[in-house]
Amino acid sequence: MALAAERDIVACRRLVRELTQELKFTLVDQTKMITAASELSRNAIVYGRGGVMRWEIVTQGPQTGLRLAFEDQGPGIPDTELALTDGWTSGTGMGIGLSGSRRLVNDFELRTAVGKGTCVTITRWR
Amino acid sequence: MDRIPILKMGHCLLVTIQIDLLDQTALALQDDLSERIAATAAQGVLIDISALEVVDSFVGRILASISGISGIMGATLVVVGMQPAVAITLVELGLSLDGVRTALDVERGMALLSGDERSRGGH
Amino acid sequence: MKQENALFDDVLKAAPGDFLTSWLSEATQSGDSASVAKTAPQDAQELLDSLQEAVRADADLTRFDDDAWSRTRSVLAELSQSRAAQGASAGETSYFVLAIKRPLFAGLRKLLDGSPQHAFDAVWAASTLVDRMAQWTATTYQRSREDVILRQQQELLELSTPVVKLWDGVLAVPMIGTLDSSRTQLVMESLLTRIVETGSELAIIDITGVPTVDTLVAQHLLKTVTAIRLMGADCIISGIRPQIAQTIVQLGIDLQGIITKATLADALSLALKKGGWVFSRPAR
Repeated sequence: MALAAERDIVACRRLVRELTQELKFTLVDQTKMITAASELSRNAIVYGRGGVMRWEIVTQGPQTGLRLAFEDQGPGIPDTELALTDGWTSGTGMGIGLSGSRRLVNDFELRTAVGKGTCVTITRWR
Repeated sequence: MDRIPILKMGHCLLVTIQIDLLDQTALALQDDLSERIAATAAQGVLIDISALEVVDSFVGRILASISGISGIMGATLVVVGMQPAVAITLVELGLSLDGVRTALDVERGMALLSGDERSRGGH
Repeated sequence: MKQENALFDDVLKAAPGDFLTSWLSEATQSGDSASVAKTAPQDAQELLDSLQEAVRADADLTRFDDDAWSRTRSVLAELSQSRAAQGASAGETSYFVLAIKRPLFAGLRKLLDGSPQHAFDAVWAASTLVDRMAQWTATTYQRSREDVILRQQQELLELSTPVVKLWDGVLAVPMIGTLDSSRTQLVMESLLTRIVETGSELAIIDITGVPTVDTLVAQHLLKTVTAIRLMGADCIISGIRPQIAQTIVQLGIDLQGIITKATLADALSLALKKGGWVFSRPAR
């Protein structure tokens, strides 16, 4: 789904809630995934100048999971190490969005390059 | 855009958040509350988040900010009704909301605020 | 219908009664337990029906993963689930499926008596198909066993950390065993839920039964306490043995103002005092 304006953050939360409910995630896992999605979609809209979120249901042996990818064509993150430490921020944000989200999910992947945009992929298993 | 209603109960302001918050709605709430605190010389603010199923860093930041602003203006903020899943997620996220007082429900929150009032010698 | 499918259809519909009998007698030869044999005739009939349906719908005999075979797949899945629940082994369950080869090959041979090459190709196709079916059965069997085990583990985990109401507004959780992240998650969830349900403002976490406390365990405990405080309740940690107290100091773990008590009794006494309870004991 497209992430262009602020209201898309709420739409994104709703979508992820639907998906996690369908996949029968526990309430806590649902909340964690939705919160992470909220953080990352906001990042894409506010810092990444808009982007998209892609979702897919993944399986690994007997486990089922939800994978979300947040991609923007924004300025990119120059220092990923720094970005992933708590409290880092490039705007007026609290900077917990990126590092916090990592703690909320099972798998976390960050691909970014200055001038080329950012893509964060997160996965949560049931 | 929907603005969240602020009710006045004695010397306290009561806010119940029942919708999934848009960023700008949260910011508007912060502004509205600051104005109302000043206008009513309120001594307590109670925000009921028992209907909020998701609290992310933005909302968390707003709550901490409202807490700070209220404090400076002579009022105490109490946030009540946090859902367990939300608490667990906030801790994992790394947000401890230091400085924001919390209570289990509206009743206890009000008790906290009136206790404060008494100790302050309020009328 | 494709030629191979038509051939299979002929075999399957030739003499269904005999087909089933031959199949069942082959299946029970492997020493199936008595309880399994009871449902065997219905299982076989249902499987046979689904096979006929798929064959007539022109399903590709070499691609068992196709949608055309979905009914057969679900019949097999149900079969393995029920056998698993009855205690049959994976081997017995897949043998039941493999046993269909006997009547199948016999039927093919009869039909293709004069053309050995054709017979060989047909038997090969039949054999591969049945092997895939048996493979599918074994895989789903595995999965249902894993599900059962997971569920049992979950129940065990829940049983081992009960949340107890000690008094009006005071809950207690005796932690027993090592505190890992999944354990902590579970305790957090049940404790927090109970706090909301009972409106208890104080939770006592007793760690008498926790063998060692290292930085990781301390982290888990701190997370739990932070969550409790975020919700508007508070926490006392009891059951701190002298060795644990030493370890905490040595590791420099900051307990962030959490009240700790050596025994659950002390913790309860403090909790009651905080709640404003006054007890008196009349002189004897």
